[in-house]
Amino acid sequence: MTDTPKRTPLYDLHVELGGKMVDFAGWEMPVQYPMGIMGEHKHCREKAALFDVSHMGQVILKGDSIGEKLESICPQAYATLKEGKARYGFFTNEDGGIMDDLIVSNAGDHFFVVVNASMRHQDIPHMAANLDGVEVIEIFDRALVAVQGPKAEDVVGELCPAARDLTFMETTVADINGVECRISRLGYTGEDGYEISIPEDQADAVARAFLAHDDCEPAGLGARDSLRLEAGLCLYGNDIDQSTSPIEASLSWAIQKRRKEEGGFPGADRIQRELVEGAAKKLVGIKPEGRAPARQHVEIQCAEGNTIGEITSGSFGPTVGGPVAMGYVAKGHGEVGEKVNLIIRGKAQPAEIVALPFVQQNYKR
Amino acid sequence: MTTYYSEEHEWITVEGDIATIGITQHAADQLGEIVFIEQRESGDEFEKGDEIGVIESVKAASEIYAPVDGEVVEANGALEDTPGALNESPEGDAWIYKVKLADASQLDDLMDLDGYKALIG
Repeated sequence: MTDTPKRTPLYDLHVELGGKMVDFAGWEMPVQYPMGIMGEHKHCREKAALFDVSHMGQVILKGDSIGEKLESICPQAYATLKEGKARYGFFTNEDGGIMDDLIVSNAGDHFFVVVNASMRHQDIPHMAANLDGVEVIEIFDRALVAVQGPKAEDVVGELCPAARDLTFMETTVADINGVECRISRLGYTGEDGYEISIPEDQADAVARAFLAHDDCEPAGLGARDSLRLEAGLCLYGNDIDQSTSPIEASLSWAIQKRRKEEGGFPGADRIQRELVEGAAKKLVGIKPEGRAPARQHVEIQCAEGNTIGEITSGSFGPTVGGPVAMGYVAKGHGEVGEKVNLIIRGKAQPAEIVALPFVQQNYKR
Repeated sequence: MTTYYSEEHEWITVEGDIATIGITQHAADQLGEIVFIEQRESGDEFEKGDEIGVIESVKAASEIYAPVDGEVVEANGALEDTPGALNESPEGDAWIYKVKLADASQLDDLMDLDGYKALIG
């Protein structure tokens, strides 16, 4: 990643809006705007925020029986994913670890997949090598923006009435400002909202049209991270990686019943065993009782003083109004209400295991 | 009263052998919204360059390094409950420590306002 960071089609807009640009996974992205992370975070929870997520990998899959073929590399039931529906999932490796998480949409004559920016280089060849007879086309000429928050339906619906008819995890193609866009009702903030794939030459105009709405403000990667953490959503590279299994990561909800029973995906031995016997560790929500944020790699000790795990994501939660964290604790620990200590700069700080999410998810079902 | 500045973006004012230490507005702006501060207690002694506290913004933790040798006389306790004051008035009400200087000649190594302005550009 020593190359010059890449710029998204919205780069000029970020700079014009006063975005503080940082290198993120090889992309020059706004970490925040003048409103600040806390203000942007709260604006998203209360009204609506626009995020540029064009650094994420957009991929089109063309061919026959794509859903069935995806099932050979993902533990999700993609064979039965209906047209117009999207589903969260992940690629697993032979050891049952998570190679990346992703969103797969059935777009009718093709499938549309969105993967993490930092894992594009792995995921595209992985799909190309394993999806026999499927054309894997990485898209470089479209922006991806997320409009998230309780007012997202108004912001997007004003320009695109069809967006109002979608419910959570539905996707369609519709015109916005005369431009054909893919609109999906989903996101990664815990709020209602949309992710919209836009041809690059029109992305700036469409983003400006959303921002023209009184209730919509731009938000950067900083707010995106604190929003997803409060929503209890995993960040690849922090909370999940090649070594963590979906069961350890408390993601068994994302593996459909048939797949749990039948297996037939990489690492099924471990994942099916952990479903029955429990995993060696599990990801839990952790609420520090004091004010000190517990960051990634902070040690977790049980009440008796033994090390039981480590924080994987931790920050200040602007909506919670205090520090929030997620981390892994060893089997035998992790009951909601269990008291633990977090070793922050050498001092034990009291904390409690809590149910995730920290903030109620607000999806339109 | 003369104000001195360190390369670690702290300011110091001195009255007699008692100095008041805080972070500059520039530092506060760079840190972003401050949500937590960890301070040393009264009586703690430290040397120039020692870590004498931690300031946390939403995104990250940043250490405070001692610009001189000394001893904590008072930590600004109001910051514990209202760390956001460090963004509002870091060069005023939101001072961090009052310290007893061990060696006033160390002040000569610090910058004046013009020097600090040149540092931050």
